[in-house]
Amino acid sequence: MRVLTGNDLKTGDVIWWTGTSWSRHVDDAADAGETAEQVLAAEEAALRVNVPYVIDAIREADGSVRPAHIKDRIRALGPTVRQDLTLKPKDPEAIDWVI
Amino acid sequence: MYKYDSYDQAMVDARVEEFRDQARRRLEGSLSEDEFKPLRLMNGLYLQLHAYMLRVAIPYGTLNSEQMSVLGDIADKYDRGYGHFTTRQNLQYNWIKLEDTADILADLAKVEMHAIQTSGNCIRNISSDHFAGASHDELVDPRPYAELMRQWSSFHPEFTYLPRKFKICVIASEKDRAAMRLHDIGVQIVKNDEGEIGARFYAGGGMGRTPMIAPMIRDFVPLDQLITYAEACLRVYNRYGRRDNKYKARIKILVHELGRDEYVRQVEEEFAHMLEQGVEPPLEEIARIKPFFADPAFEDGPKQVDRSDPDFALWVDRNTHRHKHDSYVSAVISLKPVGGIPGDATGDQIRLMAKLAKQYSFDELRIMHTQNVVLPHVKIGDLHALWTQLEAADLGSPNLDTIEDMIACPGLDYCALANARSIPLAQRISERFDASGKTEKLGELKLKISGCINACGHHHAGHIGILGVDKKGLENYQLSLGGSEAEDTSLAKITGPGFTEDGVIEAVDTVTDVYLDQRTGEERFLDTYRRIGMAPFKEALYG
Repeated sequence: MRVLTGNDLKTGDVIWWTGTSWSRHVDDAADAGETAEQVLAAEEAALRVNVPYVIDAIREADGSVRPAHIKDRIRALGPTVRQDLTLKPKDPEAIDWVI
Repeated sequence: MYKYDSYDQAMVDARVEEFRDQARRRLEGSLSEDEFKPLRLMNGLYLQLHAYMLRVAIPYGTLNSEQMSVLGDIADKYDRGYGHFTTRQNLQYNWIKLEDTADILADLAKVEMHAIQTSGNCIRNISSDHFAGASHDELVDPRPYAELMRQWSSFHPEFTYLPRKFKICVIASEKDRAAMRLHDIGVQIVKNDEGEIGARFYAGGGMGRTPMIAPMIRDFVPLDQLITYAEACLRVYNRYGRRDNKYKARIKILVHELGRDEYVRQVEEEFAHMLEQGVEPPLEEIARIKPFFADPAFEDGPKQVDRSDPDFALWVDRNTHRHKHDSYVSAVISLKPVGGIPGDATGDQIRLMAKLAKQYSFDELRIMHTQNVVLPHVKIGDLHALWTQLEAADLGSPNLDTIEDMIACPGLDYCALANARSIPLAQRISERFDASGKTEKLGELKLKISGCINACGHHHAGHIGILGVDKKGLENYQLSLGGSEAEDTSLAKITGPGFTEDGVIEAVDTVTDVYLDQRTGEERFLDTYRRIGMAPFKEALYG
């Protein structure tokens, strides 16, 4: 699947395109398919995302979304060395998901 | 410590308001990201993996308790409760909001701090010896000269858009504690045969993807020509440095391609021309600056500590540096607890260090490029009380210059440029070597870890260096040996094929075993490597 990601303009938070809006959770990401570049341009122009780009990802059997590259998995979760600052501070397996 | 005059303060205050307006325009949409990016970078604001990152300048690594305390407050108020001390003697916040940034800059300005020129293709924060003004072995305090160069380089109209970033280091002892020859320009304050103080210049050093050691380009520049000569160096670079390829745009490439002698010839020609222009600040300016760095009122006191507590004695042996006054030492606060993140400190820890500096070190602190903090002037008689408070705050690790005192860049956990994570390696290596007791046996061993070829972790200069690379989407690590950023500067050489994360940790263990087996006498790891060469290490690593 092709996923749109970028950062929130005000906060810098990592955000993912859900098909209608932006979410801080990668599992909410939608497959933007062939419309990715078009959506990206429109959303950036509307100041709803900063420095957006398209990545490859796969949707797992349980419905979760796994970015293809480790850099985007770290963006999706948070720093692997500060689990308390990740989006899953109490999930001991979250770091393994990145690696 | 230097205190802003009204001009300094007005300049910094004006910059805050200018940025406030720029950020407002970006948030309103009247500036695009392409338009805004160079403006935010000029104020130290990056966009990293998880958020905006703000890099705060700490000129030549010197700051006072109030400034340090404000850095801790900003960590708590605007960030997530911590800051990261960098290899350029600065501090970075990892979780900054654009909408808060102008307020942060305003808070910094109130204590004479800013984030100007901590990014961009300009002259960056001037770095120096972290023991400057305190060490027993320095010729003079280099900081007045670093301050003069800071003033000269701040908003210098000719050098705001250089071909690439430009880093200057100023030291004043034969012992190089600041990686001086790995800077674009290294300035060593020296004394000539006539007993006059002047500056020896090196140019064209650097790390990154093409590491080079700066050659000496002038043995002695009179102090009343210091800025003129530096300006001549910059002018030749600004004129001929490549702008078509960012990977070949640093001065080291120009010096290498022209050749040292031709670069020197052009600098001398420019220098002669500029001497006629009268651009040098009057000597009265350095005379005005010097009193800000006058020695505090040292008092005689105990010359030795009570060594009955072995943990304290070990910390004293490892983490203190001989002072120019025999009743004092410089105390190094390690930001490398076992399993910790090198260079990170919480808001509480930062404020504690500020408080301890006020209590024990004449209100002064220094940031080391090795990501530790120095209290430069501590009475020997106060050391136990200081250590006790540091221990209680997890700041008392006795590991200066050991393998556990490694440099590690933020790596792929935070940095948008990184290819691999650095911090987990640092954590695992310190845990492993501490648990095995091997750290003690190894003595001085400088490990430096970078998460990409940009080399913020100084891996080229590590006795052992580790470089993280991307190998088909997986983290991979190259090991290198034999680097030094001291006065015997050398560049590390790659051992061979890279390793996985687990593999490189084993590899570090293996090369230290070779050292322990092969060393003679008091040899450090680096000495043994230089004596026996790469072959025995390669044999042990790859068979």
